Amino acid sequence: MNSLILSAATRILVALMLVFSVYMLLRGHNEPGGGFIGGLLATIGIVLYAIAHGSAAARKALRLDPLTIAMGGLGIALLAGVLAVLFGDPFFSGQWSFPFAEGGDKGFPISTVLLFDIGVYLVVVGAVLAIVLGLEEEV
Amino acid sequence: MSWLLALPVILPFATAVLVFLLRSRGAAGRWLSVAGCGLLLVVSILLMAATWREGVIAAQMGGWPAPFGITLVADLLSAVMVLITAITGLAVAVYALADIDERRETLGYHALFQILLAGVCGAFLTGDIFNLYVWFEVMLIASFGLLVLGGDKAQLDGGIKYVTLNLVSTVMFLTGIALLYGLTGTLNMADLHGAVREVENQGLLTVVAVVFMIAFGVKAAVFPLFFWLPASYHTPPVAVSAVFAGLLTKVGVYALIRTFTLIFTEDTAYTHNLLLVVAALTMVTGVLGAAAQNEFRKILSFHIVSQIGYMILGLALYTPLALVGAVFYLVHHIIVKANLFLVSGVAKRLTGSFELSAIGGLYKSSPFLAVLFLIPAFSLAGFPPLSGFWAKFLLVKASLEVEAYLIAAVALVVGLLTIFSMTKIWAEAFWKPHPEGKEPVLSALDARARMALMAPILALATLTIIIGFYPEPFVIFAERSAAQLLDPALYVRAVLGAAT
Amino acid sequence: MEVLLALLIGILVTASVYLMLARNVMRFLFGLVLLSNAANLTIFVAGRLTPESPALVPAGMLTPQGLVANALPQALVLTAIVIGFGLFAFALVLVYRGYDALGTLDTDAMRHAEPIEDNEPTAKGKLEGTSL
Repeated sequence: MNSLILSAATRILVALMLVFSVYMLLRGHNEPGGGFIGGLLATIGIVLYAIAHGSAAARKALRLDPLTIAMGGLGIALLAGVLAVLFGDPFFSGQWSFPFAEGGDKGFPISTVLLFDIGVYLVVVGAVLAIVLGLEEEV
Repeated sequence: MSWLLALPVILPFATAVLVFLLRSRGAAGRWLSVAGCGLLLVVSILLMAATWREGVIAAQMGGWPAPFGITLVADLLSAVMVLITAITGLAVAVYALADIDERRETLGYHALFQILLAGVCGAFLTGDIFNLYVWFEVMLIASFGLLVLGGDKAQLDGGIKYVTLNLVSTVMFLTGIALLYGLTGTLNMADLHGAVREVENQGLLTVVAVVFMIAFGVKAAVFPLFFWLPASYHTPPVAVSAVFAGLLTKVGVYALIRTFTLIFTEDTAYTHNLLLVVAALTMVTGVLGAAAQNEFRKILSFHIVSQIGYMILGLALYTPLALVGAVFYLVHHIIVKANLFLVSGVAKRLTGSFELSAIGGLYKSSPFLAVLFLIPAFSLAGFPPLSGFWAKFLLVKASLEVEAYLIAAVALVVGLLTIFSMTKIWAEAFWKPHPEGKEPVLSALDARARMALMAPILALATLTIIIGFYPEPFVIFAERSAAQLLDPALYVRAVLGAAT
Repeated sequence: MEVLLALLIGILVTASVYLMLARNVMRFLFGLVLLSNAANLTIFVAGRLTPESPALVPAGMLTPQGLVANALPQALVLTAIVIGFGLFAFALVLVYRGYDALGTLDTDAMRHAEPIEDNEPTAKGKLEGTSL
């Protein structure tokens, strides 16, 4: 689509949506949000870019093939599940680590749960983009 | 035990990720796929040994206790299904080395194949009916991809029919789950076993049972619901249709056996008699459909339908011996059917077509292939002493025991008609000379392709012969497995713990 | 509320069956979407409808406060929607590809996988038969 307003607005909107999608991903552990919804938001951002600049430009901006992103995400999610076994727990048990924790403060919590969510995020981004960009190029 | 139950699902997924990332590297991805299947086979043998030693084993993913968490369970039936999945997977992965062209490889054939295996194993091992739905979907989406990969006209046509009808079955399955959850408030299959007995309105439960029967019936391709199968199975490459023929419908049969021995056992007079009628009609229509076909893979596709009838027959009679027959039949059938499809692929390679009228001369120029066709073909028809004979023998004996003479007669007549179809393939493809005077010799293939194509066929045929000549350990195994199915208390205790 | 939703599900199923009986594959797919929505609503109703708050644990607490809505059907419906979305998107692309390659959306005209054989009664033959 050749619209100056759209392509000018897209520059800002895409960046905003991508940042917001990461915010949604991170807040998902205790509040509404998470990898799935974050991934969809990111996808919408990139689809907006594809509408403004064409799907070839969007693919170029992604650098990786959408399906590769999706499979990479699947790999990360699997890794998050398998990591638990190294600590002697059943598969997919959440493993937590609290670096910089002092007293009642939890410091900077990192977990395999977050890793799993990141995997979900990537799977959603990759799979949905593969379908949408595929359809866009077909029609 | 947890890792042993989870690995059959995790391994294929991990392999899928790796082979997808290597998809444009050719040989590396191919061999990695074979290696993944080999590892899966090792794991499934270990799982088999563990269930043989300890009976039913269960594991809770993430440490959440049943019936709240995700449960994986393996009894002997699950374990043997996973084992046979690994065997078929390995055979087809080796066959695919020579059968799948590079274009399909870069599109991701191997990754989809591994995801399909993960879905199948997941469906066999899950102890939760909603997870069963999820695994069905994993399997389904991978099979959609495999079926239309490459995008030939016939593939798209068959694919549309396959996809739409299977989606309807999916929605039926989901509705069934919703109604069952509404009635009982639980989704864990072991928990459901107890919960359905406390439902006041047992009539409603029978309705739900029939909804499940329809949903799984579409997947298993039983009598009025099988139309998608012969419309699509002959369209993709052989390495795809062989694994479909061997495994996919059998997941439907497995789901029927699992739910109708563990959950819906209150009103067997209605549900299991309905299954009996369905079984008889499935056997007859399948075999008659095959008689009308003149294409190698179409004949085999219709025979899948007819053979599904035998397995359902075992479930429908619901006696110990009948279930022994059903389990034995499942195991024997997957090996034989996948093998026949693999043979059809080689025949096509040598003669140039799947149409029986356009090919011939295989017996004269490649007698080795002819022998390898005869073994699974006669086994399918139930010739002694091959594996199919024992499977049919057990089922017919079970029907005679409960004085179901009509169904026994149907089973025998369908066996005879199966011979008719197999003879037709034999006479047309192997016996008569090639219409264009071609000499379809095996040495026309280069040495590597010949190895990759013939090794899996030879291995599966050997298995068929072993089961045929030494059926005793297999029957003993099927007896123990059937005993577990008829005594769900073992299953329930393994999942929910000693408290119940 | 349950009755209203049950009626809605009934209407959705009716409409979807009507659409799915069409020979046009697109209509069939639209019918399928309605049907899967009906199934999702069925799961939702099966969890019993209660006008409570969402099942979220407030900060600093270990359990939710007061009565909360049944969260399981919501999780199930979400899963089913996601899966249904993926499958439907695939089916849509497939039908579009099929339309491109086969040139038709009429299921009766799709005969590439099962070509019409000489001895088979065709639509034309049937018409002639009825005129006799």
